[in-house]
Amino acid sequence: MVIRTENLSFSFGSQQVVKSLSLQVPEGCIYGFLGPNGAGKTTTIKMLLNLLQTEEGSIYIFEQELQKNRIKILSQIGSLIEQPAIYHHLTGKENLLNRAMLLQVNEDRVDEMLKLVKLSNAANKKAGQYSLGMKQRLGIALALLNDPKLLILDEPTNGLDPNGIIEIRELLMRLVKEHQKTVFISSHLLGEIERMATHVGIINNGEMLFQGSIKDLESISQPQIYIETDNSVDAANLLKRNGYEVSDINNQSLFVPFVSKQQMGEVNALLNQHSIMVFSISKQHKDLENLFLSITQNTQSS
Amino acid sequence: MKGFLLSFRSEFYKTRKTLGFWSAILLPLLITLLAFAIFYTKSEKFVMMQPIMLWIQFTMISLGMMGSLLLPMYTIFVAYSVNNVEHKADTWKTLFSLPISRWSVYAAKFLYAVFLIFLCLALFTVLTIGFGNLLSLLKPELKFNNYHMELQLMQVYFKLFLSALGILSIQFLLSLLWKDFLKPMGVGFVATIVGVIAASKNWEYSYAFPYSHPMVALSSMIHKQKGPAKDLVIDVFTKDVFVSLGISAVVFVIGYFIVQKRSVK
Repeated sequence: MVIRTENLSFSFGSQQVVKSLSLQVPEGCIYGFLGPNGAGKTTTIKMLLNLLQTEEGSIYIFEQELQKNRIKILSQIGSLIEQPAIYHHLTGKENLLNRAMLLQVNEDRVDEMLKLVKLSNAANKKAGQYSLGMKQRLGIALALLNDPKLLILDEPTNGLDPNGIIEIRELLMRLVKEHQKTVFISSHLLGEIERMATHVGIINNGEMLFQGSIKDLESISQPQIYIETDNSVDAANLLKRNGYEVSDINNQSLFVPFVSKQQMGEVNALLNQHSIMVFSISKQHKDLENLFLSITQNTQSS
Repeated sequence: MKGFLLSFRSEFYKTRKTLGFWSAILLPLLITLLAFAIFYTKSEKFVMMQPIMLWIQFTMISLGMMGSLLLPMYTIFVAYSVNNVEHKADTWKTLFSLPISRWSVYAAKFLYAVFLIFLCLALFTVLTIGFGNLLSLLKPELKFNNYHMELQLMQVYFKLFLSALGILSIQFLLSLLWKDFLKPMGVGFVATIVGVIAASKNWEYSYAFPYSHPMVALSSMIHKQKGPAKDLVIDVFTKDVFVSLGISAVVFVIGYFIVQKRSVK
């Protein structure tokens, strides 16, 4: 395991924000750390970086105890927490050069990183003038500068445009595949994590609700077909008569559990044949809220 | 030690384009230049003076300003500016997740602030001597070259440097803990005013109050000797200087434990 925590807890005053968390992050994976805002993600990440003192429980990174091997462990971690930490009065390149100096990394690496995150053209521009996406990319370049074995990223796609999100995602997947890195990435967007993670941990109110491979998660977070028609009640009855399960219905729309694209087409055809007008039909992932619901229901029923 | 040197170099690299760093150069340059301009344009007023008095008059323009309000205010500003670099960029978390000990990061930052104060006062010394000698070349009627007080100047400014360290350590800690500009500045400003009043009224315990130290340092520097003084003798290590050094050492160590215990936001 690259990261292993045992019964990790943390409180701000009387409010417990992390409750006996046991993370298991295997080597060479992209671990998606999922939870809504305020679930305790950033607090956990800060403890992993020794920025917050752990009160209870223990943290092992690369199978070494964090407090006792702080410097050795930190030298192999690259991190980006919340907004990227960038000196606005320095240029993008100077920000990297400053960090390269502190990490004793060869200066050639700076140009390499600029190229990697596509900031070579803006290298000599003041970082304060960068767009949000450029800042985020510079933050990732800073995190990658010392060629770390483990990357810890807190909401790295925050504020990025769709293109930027795809670029970051592909970069991370490439790092894991080609350079055997381990990536620990937090997000509040399920869809985001599903697209790249191999392992997932879901946290809410400081408690781990689910931890396992992405396959295990898929069996819980079953996607749905969202159907919008001129008459949801008739449509639901028709589908039920034909052996489809209707999982949810309201005035405007209804949901049917997704099986395959084929099935989606059949549903559409069936509705059309019975003169129910379909305004839209699409595959939808459960949002986090519903996912939490099904996870808690699952644990209660088992 | 390596981590400390790396951090110290990085402090310079980060601030070398900021006002925090340049003020250490501009402040002495502007004030000594002002003294130079006064003597150059009004040289006829100083022609009759003894060389020793000439030097004292010339130096007192800078020393008077620094010794009262300017040095405490400058120290408050330096303490604020080296910490503000990190507050503004939200970089405390990256500083403390570097593979460098917290002690090195903290000590490097503090000693960089000490270095800036030292640089500023060293430049005052050098520029005062330099402009004095330049005046003797440009205005030979002013007898600057008939007296030398380089050693005394170095001693006086070194004493001022030591006397500022107490203020620096307190302000450094306040600026480290408080993100916003007004709190450490406000506390520092009020304390400085109190300090100046205490020192100028010769309050008997003003040697114990750090914000009085720069002013007390100047009044305690003249060596008390019997009979007429042949030469200027400067007392560097007086009671107030020891108090200043003691306070800075204690607050520096306390600050480290606060940083160690404190969560990095």
